[in-house]
Amino acid sequence: MSQDPWASAVADTVGEFAARPEYLLQMLIRLQEAENWLPPEALTALAAALGLPRARVEGVAGFYSFLHTRPVGRYRLLFSDNIIDRMLGSQALMARLCHTLWLAPGQVSEDGLVSVDVTSCTGLGDQGPALLVNGRAIARLDEARIDRIAELIREQQPLDAWPADWFRFDDNIQRRDALLACPAQPGDALQAALAMGRVGWLAQVHASRLRGRGGAGFTTAVKWQACRDAPNPDKVVVCNADEGEPGTFKDRVLLNSHADLVVEGMTLAAWAVGARRGFLYLRGEYRNLRPALEAVLARRRTAGWLGAAIGGVAGFDFDIEIHLGAGAYVCGEETALLESLEGKRGTPRIRPPFPVTHGYLGRPTVVNNVETLAKCCLIALQGGAAFAATGTPQSAGTKLLSVSGDCARPGVYEFPFGVTVRQVLDACGADDTLAVQVGGAAGITLAPYEFDRRIAFEDVPTAGAFMVFDNTRDMFEVAHNFVHFFAHESCGFCTPCRVGTAMLADTLDKLAEGKGSAVDLIEIEDLDRLLKQASHCGLGSAAPNPVMDGLQKFRPAYERHLMHADFAPAFDLDGALRRARQITGRDDAAAHLPQHQEPQP
Amino acid sequence: MSAPPKLRIATVSLAGCFGCHMSLLDIDEHVFDLLQRVELDRSPLTDLKHCGPCDIGLVEGGVCNSENVHVLREFRAQCKTLVALGACAINGGLPAQRNHLDVGRCLSAVFQSRPGMDTAEVPDDPELPLPLDKVHPIHEVVRVDYFLPGCPPSGEAIWQFLSDLLAGRTPRVAYPILHFD
Repeated sequence: MSQDPWASAVADTVGEFAARPEYLLQMLIRLQEAENWLPPEALTALAAALGLPRARVEGVAGFYSFLHTRPVGRYRLLFSDNIIDRMLGSQALMARLCHTLWLAPGQVSEDGLVSVDVTSCTGLGDQGPALLVNGRAIARLDEARIDRIAELIREQQPLDAWPADWFRFDDNIQRRDALLACPAQPGDALQAALAMGRVGWLAQVHASRLRGRGGAGFTTAVKWQACRDAPNPDKVVVCNADEGEPGTFKDRVLLNSHADLVVEGMTLAAWAVGARRGFLYLRGEYRNLRPALEAVLARRRTAGWLGAAIGGVAGFDFDIEIHLGAGAYVCGEETALLESLEGKRGTPRIRPPFPVTHGYLGRPTVVNNVETLAKCCLIALQGGAAFAATGTPQSAGTKLLSVSGDCARPGVYEFPFGVTVRQVLDACGADDTLAVQVGGAAGITLAPYEFDRRIAFEDVPTAGAFMVFDNTRDMFEVAHNFVHFFAHESCGFCTPCRVGTAMLADTLDKLAEGKGSAVDLIEIEDLDRLLKQASHCGLGSAAPNPVMDGLQKFRPAYERHLMHADFAPAFDLDGALRRARQITGRDDAAAHLPQHQEPQP
Repeated sequence: MSAPPKLRIATVSLAGCFGCHMSLLDIDEHVFDLLQRVELDRSPLTDLKHCGPCDIGLVEGGVCNSENVHVLREFRAQCKTLVALGACAINGGLPAQRNHLDVGRCLSAVFQSRPGMDTAEVPDDPELPLPLDKVHPIHEVVRVDYFLPGCPPSGEAIWQFLSDLLAGRTPRVAYPILHFD
């Protein structure tokens, strides 16, 4: 018998996932639940049990923000650090909690009880500020709730003893259209599609002109057909529920209250392409939703809508399993998501080959956004032509928008494509609006003169984020927040993005400290060119977007941070001599340096 | 047709090893071409102590002490075009290896606790420039127009770079000349 206390826990976990290395990430998430971190012995035992190099296991454990290879305390609290949470007062609440618990951010308390830090947007911008405690989200934070959280931690109450309603998400649906008002019962859409036959069903999807709702807007039917026609018969359907784009939360609402539509959409995709396996890749921030989603899957299996011979059709066998993410924005990119599903670091793949021919474990795979799949139910129910009748010429149907920020009624709004920015602002009760950030940090910053532009692939495309900033806000601070987000979320694989996003964040830090000069604005433009041309994936190429839009549309907000100097160092020159002055005892004129260059005579 | 007026060039080695200057001399017979087209201002080759108005300044080495800051600022003020020449000017290079050490402890280790040192004092003569706590690349202290990497950049790379500058072309040093091995 091994003396290693981790041996049995590792053996149990490995057994649960049938020792399949593609479940490595899921195993690590499960193992971490015991001690809230992954000690080196656990990683060693897991590597041995799976026959994997230890570096591979540690590489995965080290990649994901929510996996900890160092102790983080029995209570790990992470404040959502999106600009919207900050506008709702998250930083003051975090300071209050740290003060109450006698902690500095990022530190673990001496008794190993608790640590407090920040994380990327948790998808609760309509009900923020929010935090995660041991991976579970709590929204609607205020001072009273923060103080109560501090008490519960001091009393060492288990999370299951915390008020259950804290862990529930409000939907905040403010406007319903075709999808959110869909009266269909589970199975209705599937029965309709089964009646059409596989080929007839795909023809309806073609006719609907449905395009992907995850942001890229690829035509769904083309993707499905390419997967169906790929030679390998072992097809896979993946639902991308890694809704990580800051300010986006519409998939959260679909998964929370319309899960049947999502699961049914996956089944419809499986019917079209002939898939037998399905995965729902759920971002770690949404793990509160997992039990209800599992219940939906179980209910549908009982009803015969999942499993063998679905709907009584011999040979239509399809089932779905849920995989959890662990805090990596880049895994929302479909090839990084596939790597993650295979239990690896979320490094985007080089395309081609595309996932439709070589996806999960090299099999033909369709990866679709949550909303795209849910929309498929409408197409099955109403027919493709009816679906294509709403929206604009290039953007059929409706779009769910996640509205947050400076407005009276944040929440989810379903509008037909083609709605103007101004119409959305009117609907959500936003006035005195300075700017709208559409499409998240990677999206586009719109100034008031653009508020008549339309939400549609041919004008302002978006995965759904719609963040509103009023005239009290500083658009420099918004971009500053976003570039730090990208620097944090860069997967580190390619140098232009890993270094470029950090340099961009450093440059904006320099401006924020009032040490910027005109030269730094040129530096930003050089970095923009570098990131756009040389990055391995869209994360790096999109990272400068908020800054470039800001420089174009809100330039004074940047110029305010400039010094009237040709160039100013980012560091304190005279301060850099302090240590040498101390050790030499000197304080003469030559022992000091002016921060700025005197004009030459 | 009269010859075009000569461009003025200044060069300096800050926290460097003069390797880049040796490489500059390594352009062999191109030295004659160069001297027909430029005249030298402040440089280790002229031993001038201050830099006058120049067209081009070549800076080798990073910024490790207060004197480096003053010299670099003089170059920036006097040179229309300032070039960071070599790894140390661009990244701090070898001297920046001290950046993870405390400069005070470095000084006391060298002057106070080394066997055979009889002064047991860190020199405090105002003539001596004080070291900065960290070695910085030159672009963190002044604006820099061009960067020519290498440790050192080869004579061929320097000649190609200077030829471009002298001819008014945006310098573009091809990858085969830049990469090391």
